[in-house]
Amino acid sequence: MSLETASPSAQHRRHGSNAGQPLTRRDGVLKVTGRATYAADNHPEGMLYAVTAVSRIARGRVTSLNVAAAKAHPGVVEVLTPANRPPLAHDPDVKMPPFGFRVEVLQDDTVRYVNQPIALVIAETLEAATEGAALLNPQYDIDIARTGLESGERFGLAAVGVGAPPRTAHGDIEAGLAAATRVTEADYVTPQQFHNAMEPHAVVAEWDGDRVTLDMPNQALALSCASYAAYFGIPAENVLIRSPFLGGGFGSKAILNGPQILAILAARMLKRPVKLALTRTQMYGPVGHRGHTWQKLRIGTDNEGRLTALHHQALCATSSFDEFIEPAANASLPLYASPAILAEHEGLRLDIGTPGPMRAPGEASGSAALEVAMDEAAIACGMDPLEFRLANYAETEPGTGRPFSSKALRECYAEGAKRFGWSGRPLEPRRMRDENGFLVGWGMGTAVFHCPHFPAEARATLRADGTALVETAGADMGQGAWTALAQIAAEALGLDPDQVELHSGISSLPDGGIAGGSGHTASAGLALHNAGEDAIARLAEIATADPASPLFGAGNIGVAARSGRLHRHDDEGRSESYAEILARAGRAEVVGTAKAARDPAIAEAHAMFSHGAVFAEVKVDPDLGQVRVSRLVGAFAAGRIINPRLVRSQYFGGMIWGMSFALQEEAIADRRTGRIMNADLAEYHVPVNADVPSLDAILIPEDDPYVNPLGVKGVGEVGITGTVGAIANAVWHATGVRVRRFPIRIEDLLVDRT
Amino acid sequence: MNRFDYIRPASVPEAVAAAAVPGSAYLAAGTNLVDLMKGGAARPERVIDITRLPGLDRIEWLADGGVRIGALVRNSDLAYDERLSRTFPSVAEALLSGASAQLRNAATVGGNLMQRTRCAYFHDLAGACNRRVPGSGCDALEGENRLHAVLGWSEHCIATHPSDFCVPLVALDAVVEVEGPHGGREIALDTLHMLPGSTPEQETALMPGELIVAIRLPAEAAAFSRNARYLKLRERTSYAFAVVSAATALEIEDGVIRAARIALGGVAAKPWRARDAEALLVDRTASPEAFAMAANLALAEARPSGDNAFKIELARRIVVRALSLALEGTPEFMPALPASPFSTITGANHVA
Repeated sequence: MSLETASPSAQHRRHGSNAGQPLTRRDGVLKVTGRATYAADNHPEGMLYAVTAVSRIARGRVTSLNVAAAKAHPGVVEVLTPANRPPLAHDPDVKMPPFGFRVEVLQDDTVRYVNQPIALVIAETLEAATEGAALLNPQYDIDIARTGLESGERFGLAAVGVGAPPRTAHGDIEAGLAAATRVTEADYVTPQQFHNAMEPHAVVAEWDGDRVTLDMPNQALALSCASYAAYFGIPAENVLIRSPFLGGGFGSKAILNGPQILAILAARMLKRPVKLALTRTQMYGPVGHRGHTWQKLRIGTDNEGRLTALHHQALCATSSFDEFIEPAANASLPLYASPAILAEHEGLRLDIGTPGPMRAPGEASGSAALEVAMDEAAIACGMDPLEFRLANYAETEPGTGRPFSSKALRECYAEGAKRFGWSGRPLEPRRMRDENGFLVGWGMGTAVFHCPHFPAEARATLRADGTALVETAGADMGQGAWTALAQIAAEALGLDPDQVELHSGISSLPDGGIAGGSGHTASAGLALHNAGEDAIARLAEIATADPASPLFGAGNIGVAARSGRLHRHDDEGRSESYAEILARAGRAEVVGTAKAARDPAIAEAHAMFSHGAVFAEVKVDPDLGQVRVSRLVGAFAAGRIINPRLVRSQYFGGMIWGMSFALQEEAIADRRTGRIMNADLAEYHVPVNADVPSLDAILIPEDDPYVNPLGVKGVGEVGITGTVGAIANAVWHATGVRVRRFPIRIEDLLVDRT
Repeated sequence: MNRFDYIRPASVPEAVAAAAVPGSAYLAAGTNLVDLMKGGAARPERVIDITRLPGLDRIEWLADGGVRIGALVRNSDLAYDERLSRTFPSVAEALLSGASAQLRNAATVGGNLMQRTRCAYFHDLAGACNRRVPGSGCDALEGENRLHAVLGWSEHCIATHPSDFCVPLVALDAVVEVEGPHGGREIALDTLHMLPGSTPEQETALMPGELIVAIRLPAEAAAFSRNARYLKLRERTSYAFAVVSAATALEIEDGVIRAARIALGGVAAKPWRARDAEALLVDRTASPEAFAMAANLALAEARPSGDNAFKIELARRIVVRALSLALEGTPEFMPALPASPFSTITGANHVA
């Protein structure tokens, strides 16, 4: 079997001809030719421009706004402030279930973080609105900002992430540590990071009576419709969200935020369409971020290098008024076998915008610390880091003993190590140099990400010409959902993907669930698959009941859909095309529908994760401390692969983000004011092409009969996990310097030349 | 962005006349000015668009072997000019290590000289900055100042000048030609940018209304063409300003240094010429010891302005490395990763 081809499931009949192909993105040409219409490209007749005026203090009160000056500016139509902001039907200080946060929508004059909206200026032009916002010249009563570990308030938590317990214990951690021959203990710090999707948060809102149309990038269409409806006191079906394209989301476009709500409110108030697009700087606050963490790992090991205890503590920053806690310590739960595991979290309240889910929330930060700690523990045991991980391989889910739905991590380790050339790596650091004298280091890390499944619905219509239309309100954030989802539907329909038209990205379609948690392909895909099967079943009923059909009477035997024809199972020669069946029946179309969700019994009985192993080579200038990642090899097992081209692209993206996390990304806040001092893409660094010389992503075959009937696991986030630690460990191996604060900086590596 | 008058003069005298009005700003490619205007750090009342002025976009070779570069020559056009990159290779290398390909295609050489500091407090309208608002104070002093100046700073300002291009230019004794209300004059690039002292708002030696029309590199600078490098440490391989950078050039006869040039970037409010260190090298055998002595001398006056003591040691090391690279000789071809310590790594096949 080729590594590129996923295996078919034994449980579920797959026709095999369509999925698994490395098709290019359906929307690729539209995007590279500029014809893809993003939210802010929509300019309905009579549209006004909104600009938020934002706070430049982190904590205090707005004491004055020069509304008169702003309104006097030519072109300014209205200024929304707490004094005149129309009411909302849902209290913004109350969380919106299930995932919504408290939002800042001018409910009062309190300032709770930098870049919080303190007014909204609406004008005939963007320029006028921008200048109007500047003319407001806010004055403040300033309270001392709580910006760091010293000044923030620590507090106990009810939950972390999205409803996960803040403390999970398996076994007796202190007993495990006492039984250890060695205990490796270290502290790790990860910074505040921002999503920085290429496309800013934007909305074009247009009301028609009590119905509103929202052009906005959105990762959770149905959920958002319900939330907006609650804020505006209208039925959910009166909200239409159009989100055909997203210029990246990474979690930040799944959750409602204040500025967008204000723009929608302004459109209703002024009875004209209103457009709002946040500036890059304004995205550093009200639309979520990856929260700052301070983590401690204690790893007990015995004489054979086996874990006796794994203790992961995480102190995680959140805002003063709401909670999103990076479930960082939970990264230690599913991966390594240990008789005692304790993952626990504590919160830290700071005067910042509320953090939120950002690509691999919790897992990315937690994996960064865990994988470095595992490297340190391996060294303490005198073991090769890969050998050490294999010695602690979890055959079943640690703590619970549940079987994994599938786990080809051992194969990931083996293939990755082979492709990378891991064998022969010296245990000691600073042992390798290249021909130019640069220090060379090799490091590795394990990647893991859970496999959520969101309820989703879909519709599949077989048309008279034998082609199909499939529909679900999904989201293509650039990951290629349009393409992979069409492939899944085409397979179920027994059609070539070219014959399948996919409608997605608009909330009036059947609920496609959430494009998050790396679960979109599985969730929306299963709904489409089932809808396709439903359509085929209905078509088969017509054919097998029709005496004129060669399939007449095959009802008990069954038919298979392949290449636009139904075939008798027991006699492949007897078949008929969809078009012929429909024509004879006088039908213009046959419509199949489906709702799909995970079987809770199977979910309860299994641990479900995507896995991977990432190997990194770095070169470090021995004098100047500059680091260059020269090679990254990741081997990942994520069940059945629908489109290897897109999946490899997702792994690349994750691994590059891991490089970013390890070496570049950090929002730098002024300790006194809380203002982010690098809130733009020139100074907030993410990798450029020249930073990424060689990437290799290996697709390890994995057959998962339990995760869902498609056998599909998530690929969007697993790539960032493992990679951060692999690079940090490679930097240690090159230099002998262990850096436990991310990102690793030049000055961390300015060791004395010896 | 504030409202402003937009003026498009047809000639240099017209431009200079227009700019005589206080509150005026010259606009070339706008890669820096427009950003500053959007953020509000610059609020000119009159923007004088010089992009269509005739005759300022030429590279002219002078009879003596020097070169005169028009102020509107694009960074990319200059960097890829074959004779320029052969004659003054460190200038081309510095240009190609700056900004991104897109910005280099737009940005002009005159604008590069006039770009403002990247100090975050200069851009932060809610913060104090003596450079932006004289007398308001310097929030960088007690703020996030890891990348700030270690040479020539004062308690009034610890900002750095961000240009890469200016570093080899100042090392090679470039001269700036300006036209102003009182006619033309020349300014040594080394004296164009001012150290902050007690008047950090006085960023350059230009008088109000003066316009840079050209930069000249003297013929003598061509003598370094075989041993000249620019080296830049940065936090990513492209589209990042220098943490510290250095331009070095050597004239070597039988292993003995006859002339040396050293300038540092990212360490001060101006490209920092290290003349004492240059003098120390003259008539010495090129050796790691000599380079280390020169580096120590170049940074002798350095002191941290905040959380940036590492930059002093880094600057010493980069001087040593850049001198060693210059000694090895100018690469035959422009490295794929210009100015990077990793420029020797093969396999990179595009300019970052």
